[in-house]
Amino acid sequence: MLRILQRTSRLRRAPRHLCLQSPASCTAQFLPVGSQRPPPIWGSAQLVLFSHKLHNGTDQSPAAAPERRTFSRVSEDDLAFFRKILPGRAITDPDLVESSNVDWLKSVRGSSEVLLRPQTTEEISQILRYCNSRNLAVNPQGGNTGLVGGSVPVYDEIILSTSLMNNIVSFDNISGILTCQAGCILESLSLFLEERDHIMPLDLGAKGSCQIGGNVATNAGGLRLLRYGSLHGTVLGLEVVLADGRVLDCLATLRKDNTGYDLKQLFIGSEGTLGVITAVSILCPRKPKSVNVVFLGCKTFEQLLKTFQLCRGMLGEILSAFEFLDSECMRLLNTHLKLANPISACPFYIVIETSGSDPSHDAQKLHNFLEEAITSLLVTDGTVATEESKIKALWSLRERVTEALTHEGFNYKYDISLPVERIYQLVTDTRQHLGGRAKSVMGYGHLGDGNLHLNITSPAKDPALLATIEPFVYEWTARYHGSISAEHGLGLKKRNYIYYSKSSQAVALMGHIKAMLDPKGILNPYKTLPDNLK
Amino acid sequence: MSGRVLVGVKRVIDYAVKIRVKPDHTGVVTDGVKHSMNPFCEIAVEEAVKLKEKKLIQEVVAVSCGPQQSQETIRTALAMGADRGIHVEVSGKDYDSLGPLQVSKILAALAKKEEAQLVILGKQAIDDDCNQTGQMTAALLDWPQGTFASEVSLEAGKVKVVREIDGGLETIKINTPAVLTADLRLNTPRYATLPNIMKAKKKKIANMKPADLGVDLTSRLEVLRVDEPPQRQAGMKVETVEDLVGKLKEAGKV
Repeated sequence: MLRILQRTSRLRRAPRHLCLQSPASCTAQFLPVGSQRPPPIWGSAQLVLFSHKLHNGTDQSPAAAPERRTFSRVSEDDLAFFRKILPGRAITDPDLVESSNVDWLKSVRGSSEVLLRPQTTEEISQILRYCNSRNLAVNPQGGNTGLVGGSVPVYDEIILSTSLMNNIVSFDNISGILTCQAGCILESLSLFLEERDHIMPLDLGAKGSCQIGGNVATNAGGLRLLRYGSLHGTVLGLEVVLADGRVLDCLATLRKDNTGYDLKQLFIGSEGTLGVITAVSILCPRKPKSVNVVFLGCKTFEQLLKTFQLCRGMLGEILSAFEFLDSECMRLLNTHLKLANPISACPFYIVIETSGSDPSHDAQKLHNFLEEAITSLLVTDGTVATEESKIKALWSLRERVTEALTHEGFNYKYDISLPVERIYQLVTDTRQHLGGRAKSVMGYGHLGDGNLHLNITSPAKDPALLATIEPFVYEWTARYHGSISAEHGLGLKKRNYIYYSKSSQAVALMGHIKAMLDPKGILNPYKTLPDNLK
Repeated sequence: MSGRVLVGVKRVIDYAVKIRVKPDHTGVVTDGVKHSMNPFCEIAVEEAVKLKEKKLIQEVVAVSCGPQQSQETIRTALAMGADRGIHVEVSGKDYDSLGPLQVSKILAALAKKEEAQLVILGKQAIDDDCNQTGQMTAALLDWPQGTFASEVSLEAGKVKVVREIDGGLETIKINTPAVLTADLRLNTPRYATLPNIMKAKKKKIANMKPADLGVDLTSRLEVLRVDEPPQRQAGMKVETVEDLVGKLKEAGKV
């Protein structure tokens, strides 16, 4: 059927060939009528074949950068233009551009020589119009906290930073609708809203650096998704500058507006490849009067799942977060960040947050839940926090795991969506599969959303270990109809794995949309969509 | 040595909260603001519970003076391991003017009533930073005091206290009964674990009024005005030493 091939051009043909060839096999796997689950994207034989081709078909890893496309290179005339429209904000000093060329994980480095820092939508419009006409590639950049290499240049793309676009335009106290520029840092918005008795509908560990434009462009999930939903629901409007400089004003502040296609949804999660988001209007919930955080310990994952069910039943309407981490994560927190375990050592830990409007009601509900959890022996130990300082301390045990991991060595990070019951099975299977080859294998994440952060560490980058981990993890995920990138996005590193979770018809349509909105492909090239897309 | 330890715990605005001055400048905003146990009081409770776990003392009694909500603070102490609580109810204007002098009178009366061997307090409260209650209580009782304790060890009829002082560490040995005040490095307070939180709900908190102890709450202090500290002005960056000298001259500093 398919020979082992060496050039990426053949890789380009392979998946389409597979799908055209085997509709029969696909339907053969069709689930019985009345079943809720959609048919698998791959039959298991095709899956193994596809992933084999992806990982062994070419000389380099599917995550490695492709060849530089035929974009223009930045000339002195170009620099003169940028300096004219952005006086003092067109940066070419290598020392200053350096930090924007490297991602937060220090895992990818670009070689851009130009960093632009506009302050207004109009400036971005002028820049993109110019770059489009000159065929110059552009890399939109917010807080540069992404984990899939999507926020930094691959080659010499011009870095377009939104850091100086940090104005809050308006806030309506009655509806809770906030309108702001894309460069506002999430934590700053949170502080602004707190003083007005509201909170942002999303929260993540990177809040001190990440910007709302980037959050929207990556459809960031975070710790509150369980309660307030995703950005697809909470973002009410966007202002976007398209590749040719046209400004698309969809910055409505209406809760309901069914007039035509909902264009903003295209840009949410588009990772800067369809347009540059310049302003956001977002629906913000009221600040809860009563917040409690509970830190629990469980002996087995089954007990953890039962605790989750109990929690949903007894705390349901006040539940705002349900996160978990395993004992390996705790070990890293103790060792590298000197954060002490607030309870006794357990194989699994849960962080539960409740948010409600009445402290005494919530305390009663929480008390009932905890009593039930203890007496039915689902939970072996735990502690509760109602005070701000203690709440922060307990949350840091979950929020700082990513940071602790960076001290342990080289990280292999996987952000997987799976049916909740299966989440930890991937961790145990991976541990077994790797034997003792990795330094540590651990899992943590948004259990309530079915989102696992699987992390493997080794003292230094190890291609042999990587070859053992991939495609094992991806195949495993596809087999259980999961997502190979639950919330981190595809960026540079995961662009070629898209077929594990999306059909080729879907990806082809994505390609059409990209070609329509950005015919020259200047916006964040080499990212999000796979290399083999025509 | 067996006996009873009295631990004073104060309900203060949580240290992570941003403090705001009331528009009429009579005090800070406390309505709807998150409160918690004074961090130094937590350390005091932890020390008392540790002594009980070492079987050096028999009973830990947590005391708080304040409005209804002070009971939550006592519950936290109970969840950490205290055996029972005493809530001395003070509210309204009396609470606004409640200070170290009044509290020390209450604690002294309770120490006598409960026949305490030790009174352990936090060295100071993070809202008023007075650092006076422990010392006044000792004086009213005419008991020795071991303040700013960073290490406490009980011996027969005596307490050895290592104190944090400006010059370093001072070790003293004092007779019991005594008053101790806890400094930061005395211990790391434990998180109250679930089984203890559940048990704490059943522990007793006795209610009483200052009058029951024969204490007069009149204050000799009057708060005239409360203001925020002046806003920090942004600094300025200069490129050369000449610039720096020039700017200093402009500002009249040289």
